[in-house]
Amino acid sequence: MSKILDDLRYADSHEWVKLEGDIATVGITDYAQHALGNIVYVDMPEVGDEVVAGEEFGAVESVKAASDLISPVSGEVVEINEALGDSPELVNEDAFCNWIMKVKVSDPAEIEGLLDAAAYAKICEE
Amino acid sequence: MKYYDKLIFELSRPGRKGYELPANEYGKDAMADMPAAVMRGEKAELPEVSELDVVRHYTNLSMKNFGVDTGFYPLGSCTMKYNPKINEEVAAMPAFTRIHPLQDPATAQGALELYYNLQKALANIAGLYEFTLNPYAGAHGELTGLMVMRQYHLANGDTKRTKVIVPNSAHGTNPASAMVAGLQVVEVKSKPNGSIDVEDLKPLLDDTVAGIMMTNPNTLGMFETEIMEIAALVHEAGGLLYYDGANLNPLLGKVRPGDMGFDIMHINLHKTFSTPHGGGGPGSGPVGVVEHLAKFLPNPRVKKNADGSFSIVADEESLGSISSFLGNFGVMMKAYAYILTLGKENLKNVGPLATLNANYIKESLKDDYLLPIGGVCKHEFVFDGLKDKSTGVTTLNVAKRLLDYGFHAPTIYFPLLFHESMMIEPTETESLETLDEFIEVMHKVAAEARETPDDVKNAPLTTIVRKLDETTAAKNPILTYRQLKAEA
Amino acid sequence: MPHTEADIRVMLDKIGVEKIDDLYADVPQEVIFRQDYDIPSAMSEIELRRHFEALGAKNRELTVFAGGGVYDHYSPSTVAHLLGRSEFYTAYTPYQPEISQGTLTYIFEYQSIISELTGMEATNASMYDGATATAEAMFMMVASARKKNRVLLSGTLHDHVIRVVETYAKFHGVEVTVVPEKDGVSDFEAVCAEMEKGDVAGVIVPTPNKYGIVEDFTGWADAIHAAKGYLAINADPSALAVLRTPAEWGADVACGDGQTLGMPMSFGGPYLGFISCGKGMLRKMPGRVVGATKDADGKRAFVLTLQAREQHIRREKATSNICSNQSLMALYATIYVALMGKEGMVELNRLACDGAHYLYNRLVESGKFEAAFPGKPFLKEFVVKTSMDVKALNERLLKEGIMGGLDLGNGMIEFAVTEKRTKEEIDQLITLMLA
Repeated sequence: MSKILDDLRYADSHEWVKLEGDIATVGITDYAQHALGNIVYVDMPEVGDEVVAGEEFGAVESVKAASDLISPVSGEVVEINEALGDSPELVNEDAFCNWIMKVKVSDPAEIEGLLDAAAYAKICEE
Repeated sequence: MKYYDKLIFELSRPGRKGYELPANEYGKDAMADMPAAVMRGEKAELPEVSELDVVRHYTNLSMKNFGVDTGFYPLGSCTMKYNPKINEEVAAMPAFTRIHPLQDPATAQGALELYYNLQKALANIAGLYEFTLNPYAGAHGELTGLMVMRQYHLANGDTKRTKVIVPNSAHGTNPASAMVAGLQVVEVKSKPNGSIDVEDLKPLLDDTVAGIMMTNPNTLGMFETEIMEIAALVHEAGGLLYYDGANLNPLLGKVRPGDMGFDIMHINLHKTFSTPHGGGGPGSGPVGVVEHLAKFLPNPRVKKNADGSFSIVADEESLGSISSFLGNFGVMMKAYAYILTLGKENLKNVGPLATLNANYIKESLKDDYLLPIGGVCKHEFVFDGLKDKSTGVTTLNVAKRLLDYGFHAPTIYFPLLFHESMMIEPTETESLETLDEFIEVMHKVAAEARETPDDVKNAPLTTIVRKLDETTAAKNPILTYRQLKAEA
Repeated sequence: MPHTEADIRVMLDKIGVEKIDDLYADVPQEVIFRQDYDIPSAMSEIELRRHFEALGAKNRELTVFAGGGVYDHYSPSTVAHLLGRSEFYTAYTPYQPEISQGTLTYIFEYQSIISELTGMEATNASMYDGATATAEAMFMMVASARKKNRVLLSGTLHDHVIRVVETYAKFHGVEVTVVPEKDGVSDFEAVCAEMEKGDVAGVIVPTPNKYGIVEDFTGWADAIHAAKGYLAINADPSALAVLRTPAEWGADVACGDGQTLGMPMSFGGPYLGFISCGKGMLRKMPGRVVGATKDADGKRAFVLTLQAREQHIRREKATSNICSNQSLMALYATIYVALMGKEGMVELNRLACDGAHYLYNRLVESGKFEAAFPGKPFLKEFVVKTSMDVKALNERLLKEGIMGGLDLGNGMIEFAVTEKRTKEEIDQLITLMLA
């Protein structure tokens, strides 16, 4: 059974978001890391890049599969998790602690359109 | 055999030589006069070894390989047939290998005649009008064929036809080829037996569709019986039909793609026409078309003149060039030798005997392995793993255990329609005895899965190396000897 | 086909059908092919060999003094012998690493050798040819430079390379601008002016170029990187044993054709294409890659790696559909370079270079030819100008079994000299041309 945290919002493409002020922290869910298996590479955006909700902002790669990362929010990337460059396996260890990017959101209301923990749990069950 | 794991670099000793060049008689070191700015700083760290070092090293490496000459490859969708030795001999004739691609065509008439005759033979076998032999591989042929498709629509001013329909059971290369050719992929559903769902296809056929890519028999080895209806529907909608020649082998002597309504196809000479796979290449992926598309084929083309001579020409309406010259000529020679050796009397038996071999294995193993689609198959078929699912032994385990018994593994986890796919294609060149040995081993592995499952799960146990750490390889890629040395 | 009548009977009985045709009962009758193929009758080995000999007799083996991207290099006898080991040439793609260590090991060696020659960290398992590898280099640069969709090609790239890159670009939707040459070399100022427009993902230049000139790219990488573009260099790998490497020029990608590593000219193929890059672009590199790892018992072994990346680029955003390599030709290149070695690769370039300069000097000294690009350095290939009729000249040479220089038009003629040409052959060529 995958871990799902109650205080986060989720996209059906298996990213999570935590909004603090106008800064959204984005990562992939425990369910997603589990499905991918041993992660060997995280392709992250660059600080200053504009990301758009619903569009790809990077990719995660495991031994057998590679998967696009879809941004749940729109805005400017203000920080990326440099630690994942050398140690992509951190995402396998704890997908919620090891976020991928922080975005200064242009439209905080977008968060409201995302799934809550209960709704996301339902998707994972399917 | 002793364990050998050296790299050629590890045999290197400063000052050792494996070559002899003639003495330099020019009396002047012109290279020394080259501007320093354009010359490299330090010499490349290349091996310094003797000829015998090289011969022993690569002979030892070859013994760590499995090939068609070593044993049987039941490798689905790969058509691993025997590679006749005479083909290697004629292809190595200096009269062909020493021809410069840009020398006067008048001095390369034999090479051009071979190219022309092979393309004509393929056109007749495929039921099409003309082939280009320029594409270097199957995937390259797919790309070229799709470029022909687009060029045709562009020439008609039909710029909005940018979609290509691909079955969801198709090989992953099909959508990738479409993307590289600048086409968007639209998936059409398959029925449980892998055939295209005609009802799902109909609404997709509008005026934005460039064509459809299919193979027949399909990925499950089943013949698409509704092909004539599909062809009519696609043509009526203004689209073209592309035939992926990966599964052509069972049709030899029985059905021609052109007669089924296909407009464009590629052939893998390294599958159907027995040229060796070479450990991954070089192959050759000729593309054939119906008459009205011939002018769009890539340049250069080989034309036969009225006086019987041959020329190299470039067509203005062509899609452009996809290769430096006329493709992998050395591979074409082997395919041509294969066609001439079999001749009209024997080539027609290839498909039927390949189909016979596949059905024989299928019927012999279906008690131990789960056959999701019953009935007669063509050149290949798919099992969905072991029938007894209680053992925990997977398709991967079975595949690896086969290596211990001296067989290559089947194609596994493709097609994606089943969780434990195991795709088997024996080809026509394997004898009843070989098939029986394979069948016996497959039964034995099924028995082991029930009785001593750990032996199967830990397989391979007897190969030169065992299960490899792929995670570390991907996380920290070591791709050269220099990096390997730095790690040590 | 080994089937006896009795075998066929046994198999049909097992399947439970009467005759082989019954296996095609599901095929609609109207598509069944009932005629004979329009191909010759079966030939025995004796007839087949005779047939190929007759075809071969219609070709002429010439003493080659032309290049244009394909060169008549010498190859030690050992290479062909080892390539003939059927464990190599009848093997499939090394997807089962436990029984493919032979193939995987030599591909690792091949990657190491090409990386030594280009100076770059990563090289893939090989591509179809130099022209398609250059097209893939273009796609790599476009995929890496976000939101830029134009690539500049120097007009000094070989014509066949430009043609192929343009075809790939046209269909995939990449804009290509060929920047015309200036005095036989790439035009730096024109390239910089194009870069200023802000839409250029990358620039592709050659070394040596289509005239045989070894161009000086000092300052290019810095200027292109400052404009947030990438630099790819199409190189002759044999010449890289002595020429400044793509890495030394600061290039991001190196590509080219492996034919110069001793491969027979074979009327255009098979050769191989190579592609190298820095580790930063590794995951944008198409095709197969072999990496070192260990097996369950801790033994060193080799395996296809970064395969997830390969599958990923096969899907909707695919910029490459390549799913094979020219493996056997990679083995060819590997054995060839192993034999020639660190010193031999330099020595053969010196022989070719000295021979080419000898021919060039004699032609210019004769007064009937002049330098087409005075003062420009060249290695084994060069262009001269003449007022003589080039076509007639080449016909005269052909009568003597010589393939003269390539006719570039306007009295320009391009000669290539490899280590295989002797001084005697060059002297004969000169005598015939000045006759």
